[in-house]
Amino acid sequence: MTDQALPAAGRSMPDKPTRRSSPRGALVGQVFEGLCFAAATALLVALGGLIFSLVLGGWPAMKTFGIGFLFSTTWNPVTDVYGAAGPVVGTLVTAAVALIIALPIAGGVAFFLTELCPAALRRPIGTAVELLAGIPSIVYGMWGLFVFAPLFSKFIQLPLMSAAAPGSLLEKLTTGVPNGSGILSASIILAIMILPFMAATLRELLLTVPPTVRESAYGLGATTAEVVMSVTLPYVRTGAIGAVMLGLGRALGETMAVTFIIGNSHGFPKSMFDSGSTIASTIANEFTEATSPMHVSALIALGLVLFVITFTVLGLARLMLRMQGARL
Amino acid sequence: MSASAAKVARRRLTNVVFEAFCVVVTVVALAALAAILWSLLSKGIVGLNLDTFTLSTPAPGSRGGLANAIVGSIMMCLLAMVMSVVVGVLAGTWLAEYGGRSAYGSVVRFLNDVLLSAPSILVGLFVYEILVAPFHSFSGFAGSVALALLAVPVITRTTEDVLSLQAATLREAGVALGAPLSYVIRTIIWRSARSGLLTGALLAFARISGETAPLLFTALNNQFFSLDLRGQTANLPIVIYNFALSAQEDWQRLAWTGALLIAATVLAVTVVARIVAKEQRRS
Repeated sequence: MTDQALPAAGRSMPDKPTRRSSPRGALVGQVFEGLCFAAATALLVALGGLIFSLVLGGWPAMKTFGIGFLFSTTWNPVTDVYGAAGPVVGTLVTAAVALIIALPIAGGVAFFLTELCPAALRRPIGTAVELLAGIPSIVYGMWGLFVFAPLFSKFIQLPLMSAAAPGSLLEKLTTGVPNGSGILSASIILAIMILPFMAATLRELLLTVPPTVRESAYGLGATTAEVVMSVTLPYVRTGAIGAVMLGLGRALGETMAVTFIIGNSHGFPKSMFDSGSTIASTIANEFTEATSPMHVSALIALGLVLFVITFTVLGLARLMLRMQGARL
Repeated sequence: MSASAAKVARRRLTNVVFEAFCVVVTVVALAALAAILWSLLSKGIVGLNLDTFTLSTPAPGSRGGLANAIVGSIMMCLLAMVMSVVVGVLAGTWLAEYGGRSAYGSVVRFLNDVLLSAPSILVGLFVYEILVAPFHSFSGFAGSVALALLAVPVITRTTEDVLSLQAATLREAGVALGAPLSYVIRTIIWRSARSGLLTGALLAFARISGETAPLLFTALNNQFFSLDLRGQTANLPIVIYNFALSAQEDWQRLAWTGALLIAATVLAVTVVARIVAKEQRRS
């Protein structure tokens, strides 16, 4: 209360309040709150700085090549002419194929764990899947190069290539050097890498379905397939799409699992077995060896393209998960 | 009657197919992952001996180990953890206790969630631009900053989550005793959420200890043993990357050993984090 607000007379006043200095803790409290605020803001500054540095570093390349940067397939450090179409398409194709492979499997694992698994196995398998989601991606990359590629070459590539009739669609899809690396191999390794993550997230989502909802469906005589497809999955639909897109975001930005096995050539990939590159693998391979300023700038511009793609996907994924009320 | 019997039969068949599919893909997925762990173990353990921990990375064909890379990795990860725990815990505290409900708070939360799964190679590029290019030198310090940028979102996130789980009565009781809110947060809320905060830090450590991409253009590599983070610093992920892609068989063997060490560390840290988290739930 301020003095003006007090009635002028007619009421007995207590002693005039002594002005107390603010308690000792108050300043500490303000400083502490300020520090917390600064830390939260530092996150935004880091993200802003990331965007700014990518734009700034990529600017010379974007200015020189214009919008054609995105559509040109030439990537030639010798003549200093760069176009991003090869790596961009490689990124999108490998991530999409990885998702097509991983999605049904991750769904199957999540459904198995929530509906079919014997109670005794539920915890151990669930924990194993979650632990595997944390294995560093370089391990997947090494396994892909040393173990998967030779097997893939021997049992998939060679038989398919010899079975393909000349001139047929299969022949077109399977041209390439059968050394086990290439677009399809990279997609499969990516799929294996995002599988545990997606399965764990989907399982967590399915566990949020209230037991009564599932039980009433079973009570009406629904089969397991019907419960999953018409009750539990629709219940978490938005969140499930978000979880899938989170997996897609990982696949798009993954470096190590891909670099080992994609073959690292810059052209537009012509077949499933053709070697190619993704944005991340191109940056990883060339950045430290890039000598001309334009080469460095083109690589950073590639990074900006990757940033735009992944942040769109991840942002949408987070919005959808939030609409589901799930924080994963 | 026969129509409905046919319908029942069809539903049953659909269900059998569905259940069989789920079981088969689970077995396939677990088999693939078991195969990866098996190769890691069988190929990694061959090169694992005392030399691994006492000698530095060798020239091709000579005796050597991973000591410089292990020490470099530990130094960079620890420095990154110090930076990220300070920033992450404070940012998470702000979201949970001060401004989390404001519009600004929800923007911060959203962008933090997005950063959580941002491509790590872009973080490497960013740190290259701000800490490597201006000083014309790769450094372990830049590597630490890149790793810290990846760890902060994890810690912010878990901090906010565990602090939000603490009972409101705890805060009210503290404030009712006359303590300022900041004092209540530091001495009561943080303390009661201690093991949850530890879990977050451990998960962040697990996340960054195997990260390779952000170190490619920041810490680079160093053939020699060095404790100086101001220069190029050897680290396990880059050594694995370089050695695995080399044509030397002994280098490849060391790469597998390094991969085994990293994977074992990550798994061990994750398991400890889960145990700590479980204890938090029990208390």
